[in-house]
Order: sequence, then structure tokens, then C-alpha cells
Amino acid sequence: MADDQSIITPGYTYGSVTQKISSIVLARRTPWGWMVGFGISFLLLTLLMVAVTYLLVIGVGIWGINVPVGWGFAIINFVWWVGIGHAGTLISAILLLLRQRWRTSINRFAEAMTLFAVACAGMFPLLHLGRPKFFYWLIPYPNTMHLWPQFRSPLVWDVFAVGTYMTVSFLFWYVGLIPDLGTLRDRSKSRAAQIVYGIFAMGWRGSAKHWHHHEVAYLLLAGLATALVVSVHTVVSFDFAVGIIPGWHSTIFPPYFVAGAIYSGFAMVMTLAIPMRAAYGLQDFITMKHLTNMAKVMLATGMIVAYGYMTEIFMAWYSGSRFEQDMVVNRMTGPYASLYWGLILTNILLPQALWFRRVRSSVLLLFIVAMSVNIGMWLERFVIVVTSLHRDFLPSAWGMYYPTMWDWATFIGSIGLFLTLLFLFIRFLPVISIFEMRQILPEPQRKESA
Amino acid sequence: MRPSRRLYGLMAEFERPDDLRKAVRAVREQGYRRLDAYTPLPIDGLAEEMGMHFSWLPLIVLTAGILGAIGGFLMQYYASVISYPLDIGGRPLDSWPAFIPVTFELTILCASLSAVFGMLALCGLPRPHHPLFNEPRFVLASQNRLFLCIESRDRRFDREETRKLLESCGPSGVYDIEDK
Repeated sequence: MADDQSIITPGYTYGSVTQKISSIVLARRTPWGWMVGFGISFLLLTLLMVAVTYLLVIGVGIWGINVPVGWGFAIINFVWWVGIGHAGTLISAILLLLRQRWRTSINRFAEAMTLFAVACAGMFPLLHLGRPKFFYWLIPYPNTMHLWPQFRSPLVWDVFAVGTYMTVSFLFWYVGLIPDLGTLRDRSKSRAAQIVYGIFAMGWRGSAKHWHHHEVAYLLLAGLATALVVSVHTVVSFDFAVGIIPGWHSTIFPPYFVAGAIYSGFAMVMTLAIPMRAAYGLQDFITMKHLTNMAKVMLATGMIVAYGYMTEIFMAWYSGSRFEQDMVVNRMTGPYASLYWGLILTNILLPQALWFRRVRSSVLLLFIVAMSVNIGMWLERFVIVVTSLHRDFLPSAWGMYYPTMWDWATFIGSIGLFLTLLFLFIRFLPVISIFEMRQILPEPQRKESA
Repeated sequence: MRPSRRLYGLMAEFERPDDLRKAVRAVREQGYRRLDAYTPLPIDGLAEEMGMHFSWLPLIVLTAGILGAIGGFLMQYYASVISYPLDIGGRPLDSWPAFIPVTFELTILCASLSAVFGMLALCGLPRPHHPLFNEPRFVLASQNRLFLCIESRDRRFDREETRKLLESCGPSGVYDIEDK
């Protein structure tokens, strides 16, 4: 049994770590649990396909958005998904630079989660464009219209931020995968698998020269990704903060968005890691130590988020601005008050349970808290987007926003897309970085057999 | 043996990183230079032991990052000041603070792309085939064994002498690697 403090159960060797992780991928039989999970995810993905098809045929009028709430679910979901992605980069890049060795067994699938979450996120602004077929107008390219994107607009910054984030996340993930793809190439029995893994391993031989350059590249990418990840949610928060709407126009937005992103991301990593380690028997590699550490990161970032909420309220009072003050009162007592208090409950109050060691060492309770934060962070974006827009300066311009079934179908469908990609990843690629796991093992000494 | 087969090198297999380190040191002391070690994980200090102290990669990445920053800013400047000036309430066309986010993102993008492609180029990848893959034992180089290969093009390479030297390092096996 692993005690609370070890990041890997003792007794593993290079060979057994390799065998244990790669056998999840190379097993001939697909487990029935995977089939069921993939089937459900794929059904949800189909729901997304239907919703998107209907949207492309009819237009954004099928959603609940209208004047004054023009953003609605599309932007709520966009921000929610991008935020979730941030934990992957934090775990893989920032914790690497900080030499936190416990990151090793969770970084690979956290990075995959980042990629898939950003893919889900990127979809929403494009669908929200109204004329998605012209999405490429956001990219600067020489064109016969002699037009350029408006580089002073946060929405164009978003294209660059999210596009770069997607690309760099992919590169980082792939560079880390290359040595493991070599392992899969060398271990797989079927010719087809050898060829496919061989192509993607690109002839990796693990020579001292390869490792030398690989380590340098990996560290450089980690440094670049660290700077990038902070910038991405900052730019996302600019979408709001640069606008003059009460509740948006505030300088607390960038730091508190970044903290919220990491908070929600760790909650999602926890949500995925807990069932996965149980299903594949990976408790030796993803130990209680990992879950406890993640819980502590959640507690810390959650407190920053709570501070952000309090600052918003304080600044509304301190600014003396009638509109800011009304915005806060409206959030707390207006038509969406139940969502605001739900947000406080799920995102701030319930996660305080993580102060207790008993909660941090219970897998079930951790899972419940993580789910609570997933919901809470979504509610946060709902509150920011909708309550700010629906009542701004002039009461004559006020209105209400209600999501339609197509809003829900697209949102739930995007979860289907996310889970489908995740299930495919679990089946075809190593969910734990094998070569990095070998590195955290003690070097085999003369007495023991390797 | 067909005449087209020539010897690529001699490869010794080890089980412990320490033995490999010692072997590399011993072989280098004998003056061998055309050699490489193949391991399932990066071994601390091995690259230094083999005389690789320097990597061009940071310089490549820095250059690409600077080019990305300059290029990104100039693109926005050209678009907003020269090619498509928009007078919005008489505000300055060269509104450089608004160009910083995109400049920053393009810096990171160019630097990251160059880090990956630079690494692949310096490693000589992709290279789907290599003589080492002819040796069946070599699949273990990505799992749990460590290998040291001295290439036949080394000036000091001698089939018998080199084999003796490798065997003196206490490997669990020494193999001929043929270039088919």
C-alpha cells in the first residue's frame, strides 16, 4: 500500500513501470468499461453534431441570446473550457520548472485534457460568430478586400492567444510523447501498431544526443508555456475588462481569471483522475499524495478567487459608482440571485472542506468537492456574462436571458466531444509519461536485478 | 554473409546506469569519439561524459522569439498605420500598447515552433530507419536496458580490440550491428 507521502509505490523497476503503463494501450482486448464510457460520450458528441448542424442551417437565433445579452452560453462555455485547460499547462510546465516531482504521473493526461478542453473552447466563439464560414477573416492574411483584422480589439487578441495556446500545448504534449511512442513502437506486437507508433516516434532511439536536445527543448517549452498560460486567461479576461459594462470594467479581472482558470482546471484533473486510476488500477502511480497536493492547489487558488469576488464587491462600494453598486445588489438580489448564491456555495463555501485532512484523504469527498468546483466555476462565468449584460446603464435597455434547449444541447454536446477525445486518448496513447516515471525511480544498484 | 552487409558498430548492453557511465568514461579514455549511448531515460551527466556540453537550441529559440516579436509588431503596425488606417475619434494610429498582446503571443508561438523543429533537426529526426534497429535486443533501449555503441567509422575502431574493451566494462552482452 502506498502511504500518503510517496509519489510512487516502492518496488517498481524500469521494466515493470514500462510494462504496467504501456499494457493499458497495447492490450488486445478493449475493456467493456471503456466501451460503455466511449459509447455514452459518443452519443453526447452526436448531440453536439445535431445542435451544430441546426445552428449552421438556421443561425444563432436558435440560442437564447438577444439584446441586451448577446453573449450567453457560447461565451460562458468558451471561458469555462479555456479555464479548465490551464491546469494541464500548470502541471506540466510550471511544476516542471519548480521541480515538483509529483507532477510526473499526472502531467501527460493533464496535458491531453488541456488540448481537448481548448478544442472545445475554440469551437464556441466560432459558432457564436453568426457567420462561422467567415471565421478566417480573424486571421491576418493578404486578401483581395484589402482588409485587416482590428488589432486593437480584445476579440482579435483572443484569436492569437487561444490559437497560440492550442499550438504550444500540442507541441509540448507531443515532444513529451516522442520517447513513449518509441517505447510503444518497440513493445507492440502487431505490425500495424508498430508502423503507426513508429511513424509518430520519428525514429527516436533514446541516444544521449537525443536526450540532450530533448531535455533542453522540453525545458524551453516549459518556460515559454508558463509565460503563455498566464497570458491566455489574461487576454480572455480582457474580453470583459476592456468593455465598459458595470461588473466587467475592472483591473482585478486578469489575476482573478488566471487563478480561477487554474482552480477549475485542477478540479477537472481531479474529476478525471479519480475514476481513471480506479478503472485502470493506477493507484500505485497516482497516489493519495497527488490527490492531496491537487486539493491544496485548489484550496489556494480558490482563496484567490474568493478574494477576487470580495474585491469586486469592495470596489463597487469604494468607487462610488452608482452603476457598479447596482450591479452588485442586482447580482445578490436580482432575478439571477439564486445562481449567484449557488456560485458562492459551490465555489467558495463547499471547497473550504479541503482545510480538513480527513476530506483531503478521502477519494469520494475529493471527487464531490471537485464536481462542486466544476459547477461553481461554470456558474461564475454565467454570473459574470449574464448579470452584467442584462442590466447595464439604462433601465429601458434591460432584459432577461434564458437559455434554450439548443444552448443546453451544445453545452452538453461539448462535454461529449471532450470525453470522446479523452477516451480515445486513454485507449491509444500512454496516459502516464513512461520515461518520466522511470526518472523518479531510484537508479537500480548492483545488488538488485533491473 | 553478403558483401553488402558492413559493420555499423559494436554495441554493449548494460542494466545499470552506473555501469554505463563507467563504460562511457573508459571508452572515451581510450580515445574513442564516434560513440553514442542509448537509454530509456535521460541519464544524469551522461551527455557531459560524452563531451556534449553545449546546445545550439537556446540560441535558435531566442532568435526565433525575437523575430516573432519584431515581425508580429511590424505586421500590426503595417496593418493599422500604413495599409488600413482607421481614424477613430482622432486617436493615434500607432496605438502600440494595444499591439502588445498579439506581439507577445507571436513571440511565444515562433519560439515554441523553433524549439520543437530545432530539436528535431539537431537530433536528426525524423529518421524512420537506422542500423541499430537491425539488432533485436535494441527494442529494450526504450524499456529497461542501456546500450553503448561504438561506431566502426571511429579512427580507433578495431573489431577485436574494441570488442575486448567493451567486454571489459562488464556488459550483459556485446553485439555486432550490421548496416544492411
